[in-house]
Amino acid sequence: MTAPDTLPEAWQSELLASLAPDEQLIAWLELDLDDHLEFRPGLVTLSDRRLIATGANDTPREAWPLTAGLKLTHHDHAGVGTLELEDGQGRLALWRYTLGQSPAALRFEREFVRQRDSVASGQPPLPAVAAICPICQIQLQPDEEDCPNCIRELHTPPSTWTLLRIWRFAKPYQGQLIAGFLLTLAATAATLVPPYLTMPLMDDVLIPYQNGTPIDPDKVAWLLGGLLGSATLAWALNWARTYILALASERIGADLRTTTYEHLLKLSHEYFGGKRTGDLLARIGSETDRINVFLSLHLLDFATDVLMIVMTSVILFSINPWLALVTLTPLPIIAWMIHLVRDKLRTGFEQIDRVWAEVTNVLADTIPGVRVVKAFAQEAREAQRFREANKHNLEVNDRLNRIWSLFAPTVGLLTEVGILVVWAFGIWLVSKDQITVGVLIAFLAYISRFYTRLDSMSRIISVTQKAAAGAKRIFDILDHVSSVPEPANPVTLPPLKGGIAIDKVSFRYGNRAVLHGIDLAIAPGEMIGLVGHSGSGKSTLVNLICRFYDVTEGAIRVEGIDLRSIAIADYRRNIGLVLQEPFLFFGTIAENIAYGKPDATRAEIVAAARAAHAHEFILRQPHGYDSLVGERGQSLSGGERQRISIARALLIDPRILILDEATSAVDTETEFEIQSALNNLIRGRTTIAIAHRLSTLRRADRLVVMERGRIVEIGNHEALMASAGAYWRLYQAQTKQLDAPPVLGENSPSA
Amino acid sequence: MKPTASPFTLSRNSFGRLVLSDAAGLAHAGIVPVRAFGITAPDYGISLMSADGKELQWLENLDVLPDDIRSLIVAELAQREFVPVIRRIASVSSYATPSTWQVDTDRGTTALILKSEEDIRRLRGTDNAGALLIADSQGIHFLIRDRLALDAHSQKILKRFL
Repeated sequence: MTAPDTLPEAWQSELLASLAPDEQLIAWLELDLDDHLEFRPGLVTLSDRRLIATGANDTPREAWPLTAGLKLTHHDHAGVGTLELEDGQGRLALWRYTLGQSPAALRFEREFVRQRDSVASGQPPLPAVAAICPICQIQLQPDEEDCPNCIRELHTPPSTWTLLRIWRFAKPYQGQLIAGFLLTLAATAATLVPPYLTMPLMDDVLIPYQNGTPIDPDKVAWLLGGLLGSATLAWALNWARTYILALASERIGADLRTTTYEHLLKLSHEYFGGKRTGDLLARIGSETDRINVFLSLHLLDFATDVLMIVMTSVILFSINPWLALVTLTPLPIIAWMIHLVRDKLRTGFEQIDRVWAEVTNVLADTIPGVRVVKAFAQEAREAQRFREANKHNLEVNDRLNRIWSLFAPTVGLLTEVGILVVWAFGIWLVSKDQITVGVLIAFLAYISRFYTRLDSMSRIISVTQKAAAGAKRIFDILDHVSSVPEPANPVTLPPLKGGIAIDKVSFRYGNRAVLHGIDLAIAPGEMIGLVGHSGSGKSTLVNLICRFYDVTEGAIRVEGIDLRSIAIADYRRNIGLVLQEPFLFFGTIAENIAYGKPDATRAEIVAAARAAHAHEFILRQPHGYDSLVGERGQSLSGGERQRISIARALLIDPRILILDEATSAVDTETEFEIQSALNNLIRGRTTIAIAHRLSTLRRADRLVVMERGRIVEIGNHEALMASAGAYWRLYQAQTKQLDAPPVLGENSPSA
Repeated sequence: MKPTASPFTLSRNSFGRLVLSDAAGLAHAGIVPVRAFGITAPDYGISLMSADGKELQWLENLDVLPDDIRSLIVAELAQREFVPVIRRIASVSSYATPSTWQVDTDRGTTALILKSEEDIRRLRGTDNAGALLIADSQGIHFLIRDRLALDAHSQKILKRFL
C-alpha cells in the first residue's frame, strides 16, 4: 500500500507523469464508487506535498497542497464509506467507496495525518502504527492490508482440498489406516474369487456332464469348498477392516470435535459476539459428524469400489481381452449418465433442505412467541403462514419426485442394457469358439457386481463436496487466532494486592474508537464506581481490565506487570465477576457456587452462600444445596440467582471484583438484600462497579465519570456534587425521575 | 432562501451539510433526511433528523414542499441511498457459500460476496412477490425487484441459492 511500485497499473502512467521530478508518492486509496454512487474506479493519491484525486468524479484531476488546516474525515452509512476533505472554510472534496475499501481508507487517512503534520511542522513523519483487523482485532503485520483469517473466512468458497487437511487428525492413526487399507485389498480380492470359480464349474463339470461325462464328486467338492472358503475369508476380512477403520475414523472425528471445541473456548469474547450460537453448535456437532460418516462410510466404499474395478479389469483382461473391452466400454457412459441425473437430484435435494429450514423457521418463530400470537388472536394467520411454507415444500418435493421416481428404474434399465451387450457379444464369441460358456458366465457374474456399485460411486462427488464444506467450516474455527493471545513466555504472577494501573489506554472496536487515553490508578482495596451514559465506554473498560479484549494503545498493569505478559488463566483466577444477568449452569446449586473452585469443601460453599445472603432461600429449595437449577430448573427468581452468582464470586476469594450492573435487573427491595450481600463481597477487595442507579455507588471511594470514551471527572460523591459538573447533571436527572415518576396512562409532556 | 409557507427553511453550508432553521429561528447543521420505509414505500414519510439523531421534522410527503427545499432533500437522499438493483447475474464463483457473484446493476457492474444463503431475504409487503434483498459481506444491500423478470440465465443461477 505504501510502496509506490505496487500502484495499480491502470493509473500508473497517467499519475506518475503528473508528479514533480522529486515528488514522492506516499499512499493511495482506490475508489470503487463515484459521486453519483455508481460503480466506477477512481484513485486518491497522497504524495509528500499534495493530495491528488483522479478519475472518480466528473471533475478532471484535482490536487490540493498539504497544509496544516487540511482535514480528512471518514464516515460510513449503509455500506458506503465517505472520505471528506475540508479546510477551515468548507468542504473541498468528497470521495466514496464501498466498505471493502474501509481498512485501506483508514490507513490512507493515517498516512495523510502523518504527512500533513510533517509538512506543517517541518519534521520528518512519525513512525507508522501497526494496523488492527477491524473484524477480529488482531494486530496485522506491517505489510498486510487485510487480516488473512477474516478474509479467508469471508471470501474463499469451500474447496475439496480442504479435506486433505484432515490428515493432521488422521496421522496418529496411521498404523490402523494402513492395516485397514491392506485388509480392504485382501477382502476385495477374496470377493473376486467366487466368480472365477464359476468358470471351471461350468466348463469342467456341468457342460461335460450335459455332453455325457459323469460328474467328478472330488472336483465338485473342491470347487464348492473353494467358493465357501473364499466367501468365509471375505467375510472375516471385511469384518476386520470395517471394524478397524470405523474405530479409527470415530477417533479422528472425536479428536476433530474436541480440538475444535478447545480452540473455540480459547477464542476471545469478540469472536462469540460475532457468531450465532446455533451456527457454532452445528459446526462442532453435525459438521464433524458429517466428516466422520464421509470418512468411515463413503470414502471407504468408494475406495473399495475403485479397487474392485481395477482388480476385476485385470482379471477380465487376463481371461479374454476382447470380451473385457466390450464389457467395460459401456461402463463410463453409464456412469456419466447416472452422474447427470444425480446432479439434477442434488440441486433438488439442496432446495428441499432450504425449504425445510423455512418450515422449521415458522415453528421457531411462533412457538416461543405463542403468548403474543394468542394475545393478538393471530392463530389463523400463523396457521396460514405454516400452510404456505408447507405448500412451497410440497411444490419443490413434487418437482423432485418426478426425477427421483425415474432414477432407480433408469439405473436398472442401464444395467440391463449393459449386460445385454455382454450377452450378445459373448454369444457371438462362443459361437466362434473364441471363449467357453464358463468364461461368459464368469464375465456376467463380474459385470453385474459392477453395475450395482455404479450408483453408489456416483454419489461420491456430492458427499465429498458436502464433507469439504463441513471441513472448511471447522478449519475456519481452527485457523482463527485468538485476538487475546497467550504470552509466549508468561511472567509468573506474584500474589496480587489488588492495585491496577491503567496507563493511557485507548481501544478501538473495528473502525470505531471506543476509549481515548484513559489514565487511572486504582489502589489496592479501593472501590471505584464507573458512571456515565450507556455507550460511554464503562463496560469496555471493564472488559479490558478482565482482558476479554486487549488494549489498542497504552497498557494495563497489575503489580507493575503488563496484563498481556501474564498467562490468561493465572490472571483471571484473581477476578470475580458479577454480571447483570447471572448465568447458572445446569446442575445443582452447590455445583454452581463452586464453579470457579470445583474442589471447594461443603463448609466453604455454605459459608459463601451465607455471606451472599443466599443460604436461607437455598434451604427452602426441595433438596437444599443439591437442588437442580439452570436451564430446566428455572424456579429461582432474578434476585436469588444473582445471590448465587455473588456466592460464586465470593468462593474464589478474588483480589479484584467487578460488578457490572449487578443490581439493575432486580426490584428495589431485592436490590437492598443483594446490596448487603455485595457489601460482604466488597470488603477488603479492589472493586470496580458499574451501576445506572447512582444511589448504589454511594459507598464507592471514588467515582469515575465517563463520557464518550473519556474520563471527565473523578472524585467522591460530595466533591462531584459540589463541582456541579457531569456527575451532578446525571444525578439531577435521576432524582428528578424519582421525584416525578411517569404514570401509566398519563400523557407525559416530553413524548 | 426565499421565505416559504413551510415552518422551516433548509440550506446547504460550505461544508456540504444541510442546515435547517426551525420556526424559532434556531439553526441545526448536519441534517440527515431519512426515508421511513426505504424499500416498501420510499415516497411515504421522510424524516429530517439532526446530527445527534433527533427528529426535527416529519414530512409525510415531499410534494407539498417548496421546490428549493424539496430538491435539496432529494439531492441529499440520493447521496445517502445505496441499494443497487441487480439486473443480471453474470456468473457466480461457486454454488457453495461464500460465493462471489458478478452482477450488472443499475449503478454499473460489480462483484458481491454472498456469505450464506440466509443473506438472501424475500421481501414481503412489496407489490411484487418476487422481490429479494441480498446483503453482501460488506453490508451493502442489493435489490432484485422481481426475480421472475430476470433473464433465464440469472434465474437459473438464483434458483440454486433459493
